[in-house]
Amino acid sequence: MKTMPDTIRAGPQPLDKPLAVELKGVWFSYERTPVLTDVSLSLRQGDFLGIIGPNGGGKTTLLKIMLGLLKPDRGSVRILGDTPLEARHRVGYVPQTTSLNISFPVSALEIALMGRLSLARPGRPYSRRDRDKVEELLRRVGMWELRDRAVGTLSGGQRQRVLIARALATDPEILFLDEPATGVDREFETDLFRLLEDLNQEATIVVITHDIGVISRSVRSVACVNRRLIFHEGGQITKEMIDMAYACPVDLVAHGLPHRVLEHHDEG
Amino acid sequence: MWEILHLEFMRNAVLAGILVSLCCGIIGSLVVVNRIVFISGGIAHAAYGGIGLAFLLGISPTLGAAGFAVVVALVMGLVSMRAKYRADTIIGVLWAVGMALGVVLIDLTPGYNVDLMSYLFGSILAVPSHELWYMLGLLSAVFLLIVFFYKEYLALSYDEEFAVIVGVPVRTLYLLLLCMTALCVVMVIRLVGLILVIALMTIPPYIAEKYTRSLGRMMCVASLLGVVFTLTGLWLSYLLDLTSGAMIILVAGVAFFASAAGDAFGAKRSGRGEL
Repeated sequence: MKTMPDTIRAGPQPLDKPLAVELKGVWFSYERTPVLTDVSLSLRQGDFLGIIGPNGGGKTTLLKIMLGLLKPDRGSVRILGDTPLEARHRVGYVPQTTSLNISFPVSALEIALMGRLSLARPGRPYSRRDRDKVEELLRRVGMWELRDRAVGTLSGGQRQRVLIARALATDPEILFLDEPATGVDREFETDLFRLLEDLNQEATIVVITHDIGVISRSVRSVACVNRRLIFHEGGQITKEMIDMAYACPVDLVAHGLPHRVLEHHDEG
Repeated sequence: MWEILHLEFMRNAVLAGILVSLCCGIIGSLVVVNRIVFISGGIAHAAYGGIGLAFLLGISPTLGAAGFAVVVALVMGLVSMRAKYRADTIIGVLWAVGMALGVVLIDLTPGYNVDLMSYLFGSILAVPSHELWYMLGLLSAVFLLIVFFYKEYLALSYDEEFAVIVGVPVRTLYLLLLCMTALCVVMVIRLVGLILVIALMTIPPYIAEKYTRSLGRMMCVASLLGVVFTLTGLWLSYLLDLTSGAMIILVAGVAFFASAAGDAFGAKRSGRGEL
């Protein structure tokens, strides 16, 4: 059991900055099952948003709407002031590793290079600049030595590092991560959030996580999604969120965190 | 055994076997890693509708099958992108309707008795020389397209959503892949027949995937395995006087089970060989 930090890294809120993400009245359903109902969210550039919520509550759907992979039934989505489609080349995405084929015949280096693909260059080989950039990033996440290994021979944490390098290779202004701490060891989890805090100096970070213990140290804002969305600029996890999420705080409870956060909330 | 190559039909069979196996190794690898084996099976069977149409109109059955297969492939591709949840059902329907259409169209063709079996089980020993040129042309086109779009195909096969986000024209490349698959399938029908197409397109890549760590190498190894299976099957069918298409598939099947057994055995000892 690791020790909890005394305060959430609240920091000065970048209230004057332009919006990174703006959702207004977003509705989404799969076939006839509503997944998101009337979701609104305004996130400023430079923010670090943690998205929590129960499984099946719509976290990944929300992320895919922000990425433009899914179209909402109703409502508007603006990413960096543009439509998600127009903003695509300005965002990075780290998907859940469990959604990818582990036995796929591809090396770590080849995966990281995918971040340098763009519409402008179908059919052209990667340039010197692309390769230098990817080398720098693989070194940064500590995967350069293992660059020629097949993805199937890497551990969960190593795969995650490669996917982060791939996302960073796009030079993102916003970085979206879906459960980046799933299937990785505890040690890497700490490294991961340190790396994200570091990246947050330049980019907006949006991370889905089930593990509120680690997230609380890094995030500036928290949103809880369970069909509806509750958003708090400033990182507090409110009693309202926990009541709504109900099923999600398994991890919260396991880490003994709600008490602390709720106390914090009561004080506020 | 070399004297059999003096026979023109045997030479053509060997050349057709090599050309189609190389094509299958490249396209089959993409079919396997993209999990579109079912669509490929659907295209193969629905292509029979094109063969029926060709007989009714009096044009070349290979061209009829090719044109029809490409149309069916595009329809299946669009359906699988639009209605993901029901795609398998719709592909299954097209699979059967295409086949049924072929049977009825051949019934309607006046005074022409078509050898259905040669389309169901292949006729590698009856490949005319001009079809070898079609096969060479297709192989060249497939090779050039895959080399040109290699990194895009790698990206969309490994992680389609990421490929979409970085701006790879995923839909276009996916439909192009299905068109190449359709043409490849029509060539494989020549070799082993439409019922056995899937085995030749999937067994070599399946085995190759386990021993390679890049998609390009997987394609190379799958191509070589395909050539070995096809020529061995052809040779055995000549020696034993058995149906060639079925022998080719049986050879591939034996290799498939041997490889699976090898895995079960190898799993006890650690490590796996990689190219």
